[in-house]
Amino acid sequence: MALAVPAAPLSVGGATPVIAWRELAPWLLFAVLAAVAVLFFVGSEQGAVSVFAGTAVHEFVHDARHLLGYPCH
Amino acid sequence: MGARSFLVHGLLAGLVAGLLAFGVAYTVGEPPVDAAIAVEESAAAHEGDGHAHSHDESAGAEAVSREVQSTIGLATGTVAIGLVLGGLAGLLSAAALGRLGSLRPAGSTALVCALGFVSFALVPFLKYPSTPPAVGDPTTIDGRTAAFFGFTALSVVAAVGAVALGRRLVGSHGGYAACAAAAVGYLAVVVTAAVALPGFEGAGDFPADTLWEFRRASLLVLAALWGGIALVLTGLVDRSWRRAVQVADRQALAASL
Repeated sequence: MALAVPAAPLSVGGATPVIAWRELAPWLLFAVLAAVAVLFFVGSEQGAVSVFAGTAVHEFVHDARHLLGYPCH
Repeated sequence: MGARSFLVHGLLAGLVAGLLAFGVAYTVGEPPVDAAIAVEESAAAHEGDGHAHSHDESAGAEAVSREVQSTIGLATGTVAIGLVLGGLAGLLSAAALGRLGSLRPAGSTALVCALGFVSFALVPFLKYPSTPPAVGDPTTIDGRTAAFFGFTALSVVAAVGAVALGRRLVGSHGGYAACAAAAVGYLAVVVTAAVALPGFEGAGDFPADTLWEFRRASLLVLAALWGGIALVLTGLVDRSWRRAVQVADRQALAASL
């Protein structure tokens, strides 16, 4: 009976499997882009640079921005 | 154990870490933030200048009340940052899987989280420590923002480069020399940059006790965030690794019958 054998043998004594870069690349790319966008809005929006006018975003996340160590004002 | 499961584990870890960071920020961080805002307002009142940056509704035009800032606003910020950093830490742990010497999945995941804390939080904090309201000249916000994010980006790139250097050296020089070269290389880059980049001191006559309390609280928030990610993500990765090993062992046994 032919069982589906995993490509990388998993055994506590054996080698740890590796996930190919080709498989990882799109996930990593998207995660980095999402992280940069969120870091910008929590960490900097309406400080040095503004996407939206006013100070609502700045004021809403104000305390988080200070306490997470980002330059606020 | 594919990219998907690492991302799910990372997002879960980030959610828990974001809530933990909110708890620390609310209990330890809010008192010095309130004290700093009181200093800011009394300074503005003394100058008789209604235009000083104020965070209280008493200023009239504030869009968000202090109560919202210190609860929902604070939690939104910490959870959002927790989710993206947790997800990213999960995927970087997927990349590190089986690529860091003989480290098992739990070991490589914990190392990724530790490097994340050092390169993305601790080292930037040591060069540009967080500033409470009323500290920092608003006219230098552009320069401070560029310097902070530039230095942080350099630190992360240097950490990734250090890991790549270690992997390259491990075959020819062994594990100890590879790790030592990676650590010294990373330190050489960030120390050189920290010396070369400008500082932005200027606390003036802001009370030193409040400044210290705020900075200590800020470092605790960052530690809670990364500690939470490391603890939950490593635990989840280890659990799914053990399950995968069990399944593989059963399949191997079944195939041998």
